[in-house]
Amino acid sequence: MTNLLAARTQMAVSLAFHIIFAEIGVAMPVMMVLAEWRYRRTGDAEWLDLAKRWAKGTAILFAVGAVSGTVLSFELGLLWPGFMSFAGPIVGLPFSLEGFAFFTEAIFLGVYLYGWDRVGARAHLGAGVVVAVSGAASAVFVVMVNAWMNTPNGYQLDDAGRLVGIDPLVGMRSAAAFPEALHMLLAAYAATGFAVAGIHALLMLRGGSRVFHARALGIALLVGAPAAVVQPLSGDISARMVARTQPVKLAALEGQWETERGAPLRIGGWPDAAREETRWALQIPGALSLLAFHDPRAEVKGLKSVAASDRPPVAVVHVAFQVMVASGTALALIGLWAGWAAWRRRDLASERWLLRAIAIAAPLGFVATEAGWTVTEVGRQPWVVQGLLRTADAVTPMPGLVVPMILFTLLYVGLGAIVIALVASLVRETGPVA
Amino acid sequence: MMTFIGPIGLPEIVAAVMMVALNAYVLMGGADFGGGVWDLLASGPRRDAQRTLIANAIGPIWEANHVWLIIAVVMLFTAFPDVFSLLGILLHIPLSLMLLGIVLRGSAFVFRSYGSRTGAAQRRWGRVFAVSSLITPLLLGIVVGTIASGALARGLGVFAGAALGTGGGPLAGGTSDAHAPFAAGGADFASVFIAPWLSPFPIAIGVLALTLFAFLAAVYLTLAARDATLREDFRRRALVAALVVFAAALGAILVAHFFAPGVSRVLLESPVAPWFQAFTAIAALTAIAALWARHYQLARLAAAAQVSLVLWGWALVQYPFIVPPLSTIRDAAAPPITLELLLTALTTGALILIPSLLYLFRTFARSRTT
Repeated sequence: MTNLLAARTQMAVSLAFHIIFAEIGVAMPVMMVLAEWRYRRTGDAEWLDLAKRWAKGTAILFAVGAVSGTVLSFELGLLWPGFMSFAGPIVGLPFSLEGFAFFTEAIFLGVYLYGWDRVGARAHLGAGVVVAVSGAASAVFVVMVNAWMNTPNGYQLDDAGRLVGIDPLVGMRSAAAFPEALHMLLAAYAATGFAVAGIHALLMLRGGSRVFHARALGIALLVGAPAAVVQPLSGDISARMVARTQPVKLAALEGQWETERGAPLRIGGWPDAAREETRWALQIPGALSLLAFHDPRAEVKGLKSVAASDRPPVAVVHVAFQVMVASGTALALIGLWAGWAAWRRRDLASERWLLRAIAIAAPLGFVATEAGWTVTEVGRQPWVVQGLLRTADAVTPMPGLVVPMILFTLLYVGLGAIVIALVASLVRETGPVA
Repeated sequence: MMTFIGPIGLPEIVAAVMMVALNAYVLMGGADFGGGVWDLLASGPRRDAQRTLIANAIGPIWEANHVWLIIAVVMLFTAFPDVFSLLGILLHIPLSLMLLGIVLRGSAFVFRSYGSRTGAAQRRWGRVFAVSSLITPLLLGIVVGTIASGALARGLGVFAGAALGTGGGPLAGGTSDAHAPFAAGGADFASVFIAPWLSPFPIAIGVLALTLFAFLAAVYLTLAARDATLREDFRRRALVAALVVFAAALGAILVAHFFAPGVSRVLLESPVAPWFQAFTAIAALTAIAALWARHYQLARLAAAAQVSLVLWGWALVQYPFIVPPLSTIRDAAAPPITLELLLTALTTGALILIPSLLYLFRTFARSRTT
């Protein structure tokens, strides 16, 4: 394994691990606050019980998210010193703002988790609201950094290819910033909402308390379903932005080798880099041009328009994109189904098939997130900053990176297993709620 | 925006604010690690009560306290990106080990708090929490000691033509060249990536950091304890720790004399160094006297002052260098626009954070009286 591949693997593992906890940290507080708010309104202690059980899970998941996020902030320098030297002065500002948002989140989460008996009712609910808002804000700030890596702006280049005359405020508003931040936030709410809904649907199917789980499902779906339903629209905004600003990434995620007008949309299929064609895909004529440019005759750039050394690993990106779209579509459909059931005022407990679908779909949001992150990160290769800095030029010269890669991978696999076991035991405790 | 008074400008102000963040981390996050040390050393008839007190004291606040480190790191890579890159390369191993400590400490702490209530599981996570609380301060001190000792200059020598503060940094642009010295076998791994930090002076500073954090924690815990016997337990521990800190500090000065002559010279020659040493000694003696007389509030103040003075003493030893003897604060700084925006963001952020933190601490400090 080369040093570069080891560094990329360690970064990928770290991000893949952290992103789950980051999403939960964004969305879980919203659900806790909604449950507590219902309790404050109704005085029904079962709402309080729900809020407290969710808070307990959040405490574990948030802590793991906080420490894995710390690892990432150091890994920027441990693995990618070339990137930080190159881009630190411009991407540092959104990172700093993210730091503050995260600080606020940690402070008020402390108040929320440990302050049930110490602060007043309003102050407690207020602390939860601050956690939810600052969690969303920190996600937006950190995505701004990634957006800049995809669509860098706010700089000039000197003769040596270094950034000069930078404007970090302009850098924060790069072309990808809004579409990516929107897509990420919706993903967080959809993935977490459906994961929680799936757990409660499963418990309900197994004969748990109907009232308790119906309430939990109601809130989880309230957070997850609308986000899942509008996510395809946000995906459309993102795709059109990518088509305009990163044509090679679009070509990779669609498996489009030739530059052509009226390009087809490919469903499934396997991009074969050696033969420079995508095989076995179901093709819908003109649909890619239509989706990417809202014009069925628009020209879509193909992978062959750049040298092979400037193309990302097409198969990974194409397959990841298909996985993301399929998972997201499934969640959107289940979201619509749940919405229809709610609109018809059906009793969720008697909708066995809907409950089964929700239970099966529990992990799909996180699957879609991981796949989507793969699309945006692998799809940008071989660049770490699109068109400006190659990943190979950003990696640390420290040899033997395979050692920390294995070490951190083992750490995260172990932590992941423990977290799953702990959450499972929390869920089991929930079973026999009176 | 800034008026220049002598050598103090925007870069120096940002560096000072970064030190303030690090100071806050040491006083708050450091004490949380110190709590882990006392968890490991819990003993006597009130062993379990000691552990419960520690867990209750750090439970609500350790995550917020931990964020000070992230703030300091983010400031470092925003305002001094080349320094961050350089440290990331040359201190890769101790920093990675420190991260392992941070991850294990935080995870084990919540796993113990929220996980299985069985004795075996509690003990297992308690042990991980306590041991990882030793690793992190030790490595943090080692990193600081390595930077202060100037040993990174030897490591940087292997990067042909690399220079800090040229705006491009040690690696930016055509960075593939940086791999050349290793490919050519021009330097061996151990002398670049291990020897600078695995040496007497950094280790002495690591030990000093560990003892300081444990001392801080013991002093804070005298205030957190409601029970008088428990308070006495930590009063005794704080007094013992104060003596151990004294020994570790003396040891570090001796080691510096033999192994880090640059540091030693500054301590002897700088006109402000005697003042720093005098104030640190006064703070240390005040802390001991206050503990002896059971004036715990005063003891906390004095202990915090003592630890802060040691930290700022480090800043003094290396000023105006950020990585001695390679680069000054000024040379390594990012463009002024970045520094200005960063300071603006910090000021705005502080307006939200400081009242929030006070609220957090006030909310949970009340446990003593209720």
